Amino acid sequence: MKVGVIVFPGSNCDRDMYHVLTDVFKLNAEYFWHEKGLPKNIDAVILPGGFSYGDRLRSGAIAAHSPIIKDVRKMAEKGIPILGVCNGFQILVEAGLLPGALLKNTSLNFMCKWTNLIVENNTTPFTNKLKLHQKIPIPIANGEGRYYVDDETLKKLKKKNQIVFRYSEVVNGSSDKIAGVCNEDGNVVGMMPHPERAAESEINPIDNKPSSLIFESLLNTIGVKN
Amino acid sequence: MSLEPQELDELTSKIGRKPTSTELQIVAAEWSEHCSYKSSKKHLKMLPMKGPLVISEKGYDSGVLDVGDGYVITAHIESHNHPSAVEPYGGAATGVGGVIRDILSTGTRPIALFDGLRFGDIEKDLQARWLFKNAVTGIADYGNCLGIPTIGGEVEFDECYSNYALVDVAAIGFGKKKNLIKNHAKKGDLVVLLGGSTGRDGIGGSQFASDSLESENRSAVQIPDPFIEKLIIEAILEARNQNLIHAMKDLGGGGLSCAVSETADALSIGIEMDVNKVHTRESDMNPDEIMVSESQERMLIVTNNEKLKKLQEICKKFRIACSVIGHVTSDNMMHVKKGKKTCANLPTDVVANATLLDRPSKKPAYLENIEKEKKLKPILDYTKMMMKFIASPNIASKIWVYGQYDHEVGIRTTVKPGKDASVLRLDNGKFLAAKIDGNPKHCYVNPREGVIGCFEEACRNVVCTGAKPIGMLDHLQFGNPENPEIFWTFLESLKGITDFAKYFEIPCVGGKVSLYNETPSGPIKPTPIIGILGLIDKNPLYSKKIIAGDCLIIIGDTKNEMGGSEYFEYIHKFIGGKCPIVNFQESKTNMNLVLDVIGKDLLKTAHDCSKGGLAVAVSELCMTHEIGCNVSLEKVPGPKLDVDRVLFSESHSRYLLVLEKKNLKKLEELSKKSKVSYKMIGVFGGENIRFNKENKHVIDLRVDKAQKTWFNSLRELVHG
Repeated sequence: MKVGVIVFPGSNCDRDMYHVLTDVFKLNAEYFWHEKGLPKNIDAVILPGGFSYGDRLRSGAIAAHSPIIKDVRKMAEKGIPILGVCNGFQILVEAGLLPGALLKNTSLNFMCKWTNLIVENNTTPFTNKLKLHQKIPIPIANGEGRYYVDDETLKKLKKKNQIVFRYSEVVNGSSDKIAGVCNEDGNVVGMMPHPERAAESEINPIDNKPSSLIFESLLNTIGVKN
Repeated sequence: MSLEPQELDELTSKIGRKPTSTELQIVAAEWSEHCSYKSSKKHLKMLPMKGPLVISEKGYDSGVLDVGDGYVITAHIESHNHPSAVEPYGGAATGVGGVIRDILSTGTRPIALFDGLRFGDIEKDLQARWLFKNAVTGIADYGNCLGIPTIGGEVEFDECYSNYALVDVAAIGFGKKKNLIKNHAKKGDLVVLLGGSTGRDGIGGSQFASDSLESENRSAVQIPDPFIEKLIIEAILEARNQNLIHAMKDLGGGGLSCAVSETADALSIGIEMDVNKVHTRESDMNPDEIMVSESQERMLIVTNNEKLKKLQEICKKFRIACSVIGHVTSDNMMHVKKGKKTCANLPTDVVANATLLDRPSKKPAYLENIEKEKKLKPILDYTKMMMKFIASPNIASKIWVYGQYDHEVGIRTTVKPGKDASVLRLDNGKFLAAKIDGNPKHCYVNPREGVIGCFEEACRNVVCTGAKPIGMLDHLQFGNPENPEIFWTFLESLKGITDFAKYFEIPCVGGKVSLYNETPSGPIKPTPIIGILGLIDKNPLYSKKIIAGDCLIIIGDTKNEMGGSEYFEYIHKFIGGKCPIVNFQESKTNMNLVLDVIGKDLLKTAHDCSKGGLAVAVSELCMTHEIGCNVSLEKVPGPKLDVDRVLFSESHSRYLLVLEKKNLKKLEELSKKSKVSYKMIGVFGGENIRFNKENKHVIDLRVDKAQKTWFNSLRELVHG
């Protein structure tokens, strides 16, 4: 059972994600540089946060054209669990694997703060151990984290149960307070907040259990006993 | 951008001929105050730099401390004042970039940043507001992009920084001791320039920084590119893992001139290089420009022929340029060529070692009557005054600033910004606490006692997390050293730091001197900054929620020491009075007691009592924990004082401790045993912060109202 952590030039949460996957949840994880291909025996793929290509043009826009995205797309079609966090979410959106767009926060500033998520869909590979409407204390850290969709798409997202997380309060002006979404099949999930920054008690001053369940959901999905 | 006449004579006589134009540029850069420390170097030797944990290696730009189990931390502090005063976004950002490369050059990964920012009065001065806002964005955009958390710092406003800015950046690195780069080189090794291209930005930056700021020399300001810096960090750490680096130096002030001459001098080698091999941004740059350009995101690496190919492969992977610009020779000469033509050929020790000066000093006239107090207008309503005080830029919460910095990335930050000191977890199970502190108001009133106070305050801050101070960084920022009165304040500060460091056995592991911080309206107040690194073997003190019934204890005496206080300067607009003085023995006893009670797990939280005095420190606890408190001012230990002095004196060595009632007895026993001055002065509860005397409320604030003002006032000031 292996989880691939994709590294783009400018990724900066790759090592944090790897640490949580391997040291905390004892998963077998491996880094994949963006120019490499993904092997067939990968069970899940994570696109970590950072500033791929220095956020030039638009965050995630250049990385979405990296060679490895072809393989990510294939895996998404095959139903393999894929998670994009922060810049990883922006890349998945730019690659067209997830709907919507991520715009500058209404404050126009980079925001680093703790907030709460509400679980809106607990059937995805990354949320199946969470309870519906469960609260997750978690930090955000982004400048372009305001999720935007037009009204029609929003209706569709609701109908197809594609809203995975909402913020419990208005944080950055996101449409319908959306913090994370999935594709129609539910196997590709993107979220702006950082679960890897909230899954250990040492760095989570509030409660690390809810964020841990995101990783335990993955363990549950790909069939590894904790 | 040239040498003084006597320096030109000196250079001519040392090399026995007239220098070429390139040689003049190289030497002018390297002999500038900024690069050579010619005014300060003689005196800096007084600082204690050795200690059981200090690792020293030749050619290091940052300090190294052994934190056990095969791990080290590295630390350094820099400033970027002149550039930030002209172009705050780029100036502040490139300041971050420079200090990070100093950490990287030892072979350690940068893991945290701190910023000390100082501007004019942002309440009245729109220029100061613009500088502040853009410097913060510059730091945020650079540090956030790199994924290095900015976990602490300080922000201060004072009229002495009008039309100017102090931007200090400290960085911490972490790595395995065995991975430290042991700088060495031998004849035939290759000299490689790696990273960004050399352009016409930052030309003569170090000389620009070695003079008063009178003109906006924009070409002397460097342009930031954090994306390239990030690629350089990853490429270099990969090269380090493969043992491809023999010696390494960051290109900072003085560009190639300094990096090449200092590397050669430190390693007792010569270097021959060709400017045609340097990858440039513009095609028609002349050798002089190439040698002194301070374009950012460049590193100089010494390697050998066998390792070069692997190094080039790594650079190709990260798509960064890497040029072999020269090789190591054994003649101790810095030989700069353009193709076959020699542009400069100088002995490295001549270039790298400017003649040190012994500048005259004289006690400034303004200090003669500074301690005399004027009669103050009585405060009729302390509650109203306190609300104004909490909203003032120096006292207000700095959440608008640190909320723009990613302080979580790297997942080491266990105690977050906004507390006394931030704490990082290390890979060996230990924790590192760090803090930087300055206080120009105190230092102006008394340069020696003022800086000792900064030193103690930074120590108190890390002690409040349960950390024992193990190392210090100092950054000495003053006006024009050619003015004997300013030079006197520099020397006094240095002596103060030395005295405290020796008494407490805290070695100075790194530092920086920044002089000529002046504008046409005058010099800045003496602004030494002290950074303290503290180590925690087991667990840091994580703040626990304060609830009704918890007790408030103060350790240390409150004295009549109002000089340079926020209360005198912000409320009464009066500069003067007696500066708080640290009693070394008392300081040590109090520090040890606090560490002891934290170690015994008796506390819910500990908080340093400093800027704004007791009234502000208690209010901060209440606003952070969203709970009221009743404080009896009669119980505050120390000489009998008027009520405003008890509330706002900034006496040092004081700590506020919060604990459950059941632990009170144990604390009392320990306090009595160590003979510290100690009193329980209040009980938490309710929705109001109250300071009472003779059963009357001197101050009565609603916590929620105060908190809202405290959190929002800085943002409202900046955004209008």
